[in-house]
Amino acid sequence: MSNVTEKSHAELAAAFNKDEPRVDWHDETLWWVRQKRDIQAHKLPEWELLRETASQIKNNVLSNLSGYLEQFEANAIKNGVVVHWAADAAEHNKIVHQLLTERGINRMVKSKSMLTEECHLNEYLKEQGLDVIDSDLGERIVQLAGEPPSHIVLPCIHKKKEEIGDIFHEHLGSAKGESDPKILTETARQHLREVFLTRRAALTGVNFAIAETGEFVICTNEGNADMGAHLAEIHIASMGLEKIIPERKHLGIFLRLLTRSATGQPITTYSSHFKKPQENKQIHIIIVDNGRSIQLGREDFRNSLKCIRCGACMNTCPVYRKSGGHSYHTAIAGPIGSILAPNLDMKKYADLPFASTLCGSCSNVCPVKIDIHDQLYKWRQVIVKEGYTPTAKTIAMKAMAITLSSPALYRSGGKMGRLVFKYAPFAVNNKLNPWYKHREMPKAPEESFGEWYNKRKEGKK
Amino acid sequence: MSREKILAAVKSNQFSHAELPNVDILDALTASDVSQVKQYTTVATAGGSFVYEVSDFDAIKTILHKEFKAGVKIISGIKELDEYTYAGNVVDELAHSFADVELTILRSFLGVAENGALWLTETQMNVRVLPFISQHLAIVIHQDDLVPAMGQAYAKIGNADYGYGAFISGPSKTADIEQSLVIGAQGPRSLSVFILTT
Ligand code: SF4
Repeated sequence: MSNVTEKSHAELAAAFNKDEPRVDWHDETLWWVRQKRDIQAHKLPEWELLRETASQIKNNVLSNLSGYLEQFEANAIKNGVVVHWAADAAEHNKIVHQLLTERGINRMVKSKSMLTEECHLNEYLKEQGLDVIDSDLGERIVQLAGEPPSHIVLPCIHKKKEEIGDIFHEHLGSAKGESDPKILTETARQHLREVFLTRRAALTGVNFAIAETGEFVICTNEGNADMGAHLAEIHIASMGLEKIIPERKHLGIFLRLLTRSATGQPITTYSSHFKKPQENKQIHIIIVDNGRSIQLGREDFRNSLKCIRCGACMNTCPVYRKSGGHSYHTAIAGPIGSILAPNLDMKKYADLPFASTLCGSCSNVCPVKIDIHDQLYKWRQVIVKEGYTPTAKTIAMKAMAITLSSPALYRSGGKMGRLVFKYAPFAVNNKLNPWYKHREMPKAPEESFGEWYNKRKEGKK
Repeated sequence: MSREKILAAVKSNQFSHAELPNVDILDALTASDVSQVKQYTTVATAGGSFVYEVSDFDAIKTILHKEFKAGVKIISGIKELDEYTYAGNVVDELAHSFADVELTILRSFLGVAENGALWLTETQMNVRVLPFISQHLAIVIHQDDLVPAMGQAYAKIGNADYGYGAFISGPSKTADIEQSLVIGAQGPRSLSVFILTT
């Protein structure tokens, strides 16, 4: 399930865009999730205060992260939990491997953890001859398909039920042609139950780690994290070091925001608080840096560490909805992924901050008020300065930045643009226009939105 | 040791101190003195739970007799519902042995009206895996134990010491296949909530 690719976002998006009805379906499904989020948010008159409070709590966390990490560690140890530290993905994977092999375990069940996607844990363990089964339904589906998740909350949002039916027929023995979500879910349930009952080790992610108590919280709708963790002898919880919140009562803020923003539910079915291991069992926490401490030092980008991985910025993003999660060629797709990835490898992910219209919709929905689109804009500047952008994109971008910043120019620019489309298609279909690649230029409308709107206004007078 | 390296890197990169905000304002905004039963029922029902208002444990028994055939494996963590295997008596059994449990009935002392969630710690669960491995789950709560929102819930939890605790707000579910909601993913296929009103 490697993400490794040499293709850019634009090229991968172009491939995704070949199947137009699928793009429309993808677009509409995610927009529907965004609308569900809106309904929940609008039900709470205090929504904006909640977001602001969450953002400030995270600000406080980032300003004293080392202190909180030490406090969390000390309390977790007091609770009987073993704490490990991993500077990077390789160290994280090695720790997991060792915890398993020293117990003679060669099969593990895993619930959703974007961190382990980031670390490519599954591939690593497979190379070592260990078997990992993802127990979140969406993750199991993409795992069987040999693909990475395309969305952090909805891992197989890009897949049609018929395709899932085919995958289940091949791997889990469901009837050929069966595509009823109920029957497919039941098929997975039977399969995963057997997995839960036979695995001695379970790995989970962490949504929140509480410094004050040393406990950590995992949120799922399926109950898969709990099934795995409670039945296994050893529960390994992998967490990015930014998952810290100061006090237990702050969960009251974050749990109110997380699922409303993610799927438009008031809360997940399960919000599980793990504090101490069960008798004769073990809990191990791995605290992972993997570039986070560097991001903390980048003043313009440190706010990205506030992210609680709700996925709202993806659901709302017009580029994400129309290009699909895999076009971002990194574990965390969408607007937030495009801020996080260049921190890890500026050259490889130089294209991602450009995969945005900078419309700001992401920043408007973000429950912890990350200035996502500003950061994308700032990354562009850094990347251009470091010399990582393709020239064609640079020229077009510059022209666009100027027109967008001036309403007057935007209007005439549109008019001229339309004339060019109509009478000289070759002028825009040239190599300098990155938006043209692999796709038909849209037919120029007879009048622009501005003209139409002005006419309409005049007609009304 | 990576620990020292990581902590040093974090320390040198974190910025000047930012104060924690006051969260009491939010709790004051959601506080309410009226009964939360109606709100709880509306939200929990929307989340896929079956909610019953009952006057006593006999009423619960009647409903359970109707809903579950005699002879299926039922475990009860509630002394008053004594015709079933008492959870307190099986805590030492292997967690895997509960794989064939049809119904588990547990007690909660804290419920949240804004999202339908019920708080249970290991003490009420008896065995951590029970509320997850059971095919069906029923939870009993008194109406006076319902609070309006999560702020009040955590105020009530306070600094309680537990090994494990969970908010459970409905049956296990998924919408991973084309966003169509399916009840009964990896955990219980149903959640029945009995609200004691007397
Ligand atoms: S950046 Fe904000 S909106 Fe996007 S996933 Fe993170 S918390 Fe959610």
